[in-house]
Amino acid sequence: MTTSRTAARPASRTGRAGGGRVHRLTRRDGVVLGLMLGIPLLIDLAFVWAPAIASVFLSFTNAQGAKAVQWVGGQNYHFMATVDYEFWPAVRHNLLWLVVFIVIATPLGMLFAVLLDKGIKGTRIYQSIFFLPVMLSLALIGIIWQLMYSPDNGLINNIIGKTGQGNEIDWLGNPHINLWAVLIEATWRQAGYVMVLYLAGLKAVDPSLREAASLDGANPWQMFWRVVFPTLRPINIVILVVTVIESLRAFDLVYVTNGGTNGLELLSAIITQQILGAANKIGYGSAIGVVLLVISLVPITYFLFMQFRKENRI
Amino acid sequence: MSKKQHPSTADSPRELDRRSVLKGIAGVAAFAALPVVLDACSSGSGAGSGTSGSGSGAASGSGAASGSGSVSGSASASGSASGAGSASGSASGAGSASGASGAGSGASVSVPKVSGTLTIGSNYSDAGVKKAFGDVATAFGKASGATVTVNTVDHNTFQNKIQSYLQGTPDDVFSWFAGYRMQFFAAQGLVSPIDDVWEKIGGNFSDAAKAVSKGADGHYYFVPIYNYPWVMNYRKSVFQENGYTVPATWDDLMSLCEKMKSDGLVPISWTDKDGWPAMGTFDILNMRMNGYQFHVDLMAHKQSWTDPKVVAVFDQWKKLTPYYQTGANGRTWEEAAQDLQNKKTGMMFIGAGQAGQQFSKENLPDLAFFPFPQINSQYGTDSIDAPMDGFMMSKAPKNKDAATAFLEFLGTAHAESIYLASDPTDVGVASNYDQSTYNALQKASAELIGKTAHIAQFLDRDTRPDFAYPIVQNALQSFITNQDSNAVCQQLEAQAKSVFAS
Repeated sequence: MTTSRTAARPASRTGRAGGGRVHRLTRRDGVVLGLMLGIPLLIDLAFVWAPAIASVFLSFTNAQGAKAVQWVGGQNYHFMATVDYEFWPAVRHNLLWLVVFIVIATPLGMLFAVLLDKGIKGTRIYQSIFFLPVMLSLALIGIIWQLMYSPDNGLINNIIGKTGQGNEIDWLGNPHINLWAVLIEATWRQAGYVMVLYLAGLKAVDPSLREAASLDGANPWQMFWRVVFPTLRPINIVILVVTVIESLRAFDLVYVTNGGTNGLELLSAIITQQILGAANKIGYGSAIGVVLLVISLVPITYFLFMQFRKENRI
Repeated sequence: MSKKQHPSTADSPRELDRRSVLKGIAGVAAFAALPVVLDACSSGSGAGSGTSGSGSGAASGSGAASGSGSVSGSASASGSASGAGSASGSASGAGSASGASGAGSGASVSVPKVSGTLTIGSNYSDAGVKKAFGDVATAFGKASGATVTVNTVDHNTFQNKIQSYLQGTPDDVFSWFAGYRMQFFAAQGLVSPIDDVWEKIGGNFSDAAKAVSKGADGHYYFVPIYNYPWVMNYRKSVFQENGYTVPATWDDLMSLCEKMKSDGLVPISWTDKDGWPAMGTFDILNMRMNGYQFHVDLMAHKQSWTDPKVVAVFDQWKKLTPYYQTGANGRTWEEAAQDLQNKKTGMMFIGAGQAGQQFSKENLPDLAFFPFPQINSQYGTDSIDAPMDGFMMSKAPKNKDAATAFLEFLGTAHAESIYLASDPTDVGVASNYDQSTYNALQKASAELIGKTAHIAQFLDRDTRPDFAYPIVQNALQSFITNQDSNAVCQQLEAQAKSVFAS
């Protein structure tokens, strides 16, 4: 932040800012800096740290509705791990969601982007079609797909002729397949999202790189993986982060489908059931929230670690 | 979706309002922590829209009850709006009802004059029931001289937020349900006992209605307004055309199902996507096989779910499976009721009012029902589920005189008749209700409720709310898929132990 100030001084013109030189800040600078740091810090504390710490605290209590709050130690976590029939399926489903996004949705989006970047005929129309789902709210996507999946009246079963008693496919009701059905809905949207991000990245790739590669006789496969892809590194990191966030916060689709039960358990959905249900089990819901927090911290920590290492290197 | 669907859907809501979600997010650290990642993600690409998961409230089609009964439209206290971006007024609205014209029939009752304003919290949010209740409030305002303000909140939202509603500044009286679901809040001291009201209205009600209006401490907390029985619904024309007769025993039912099957009909509509319809079938099988008292004890977890008697209920239930529609967990109750109306299925076990609501005006006279057949001759058909809706008084009402007068007014056949004038499927609770205004379906409902010895309230009203949802809901849905009686009983018992101990 001080770079521009020092750059204005003739003495610093030759070298980079910093270098151990300390500048006294004027009173006004101090106030401005204080405000610029203080306000975001306060917001951060109030909306990120305070709720997080309160959740951790509540997770060790039996907070419920109007009742007096009692410290119960690890009882919530014990119930979660040993008795609750929804918890472990929810963890598995969240992880599966993440895997499907990384293994299927993201490569699919990348494929769309690479193909469309080649400027094929009608590329704008394809872009619009693939991007359309991203503009819909997830709740709406859930409703649209329910019409497709409905066992008796749905489009899919009517097309494949499986609407009769006993032979219909219960896409969203059969706990063995409904998660996959919902993952198709999620991928339908996520692939378009990833596609747009990659398209933006591909547009920014220096054309001279490709030219040089083709002069050197690289085939399209080599050109993409050896030349173009490495230059997309910043976009890749963004997409990785987006993918992790999208899979951990997955909620809307299962919630509109059946409230997050019967094979569609997700951590976010069971937190909602507990805290917002009529029983208002705030303590227990918070405990599940803490588990989700811990899971989220793994990719967050990794990402921040990578980010800081990169900055230090520069 | 309408209020007439079993109110318990509240607990498996399709709809979420933005505020609750934001509240939830505030409580859930994980969500709150995510913006950090985005802040850190300094590349500044448009990717950073990720965290606002709350924004997308389900835009499902329930709720929107636009101001039918309302006269003046000051914003409702709770201001709940369904779904992000949907019209904020959709689920709420306040109506000042004093002095407007009253609907209604039946003999009028004397109402003491009271002054001031009475506020009523209502979850009667769909157009029809909102108008019906608005008429009741109007009639009371006219008779008593009080200014009545009805704060209508979308029913799912209302039920989900009941705890915080009652702890905050609730209305003087508010709508709720009879049974354990009422006692749960009475035991927390969140509502006022109303024994004085019942001294006046007690003569209007049967002992069964009185029993479910009392808290566990023996005091009255609740005034009922209407109810409806859970029965086996069918179309008269289907039974006539095929020469079917109403089954009196389990064996009759089995042979009727067999006959329907050979006639190419799916014998019984089957649905549990919403999580509560299967509870009705569990209740009735349990009460037919083990009696009403066992049902009550099981719901309070005084009996174990692994008791062989409970396992036997599930085993009996499995015998119905070959006659059910397949794919129940993916079918909504509305779709299943439509299959009954369209003569794809022969019967459906659900609330008479709920089935009636799905039938068109032309088909409604063709709808009939019979009580679930006898299984154990020791109990015959002496119990049914007939959930009762009504009103309670909050802990510290601002206008206690008016609140008391209103509940006294509500506990009369007169008030019930005003409500039911625009509701062709439910029946009044008062024993001196004038039944001449009923249609055939209502007459049959009233007769069945009148002659049945034990009235249960339905599983989700007879047990703890946190046990019914999601625990029983999940267990029954997995039973429907896996057909494993022992597994479902063990699953329920393990969780009941922890939940009832807390």
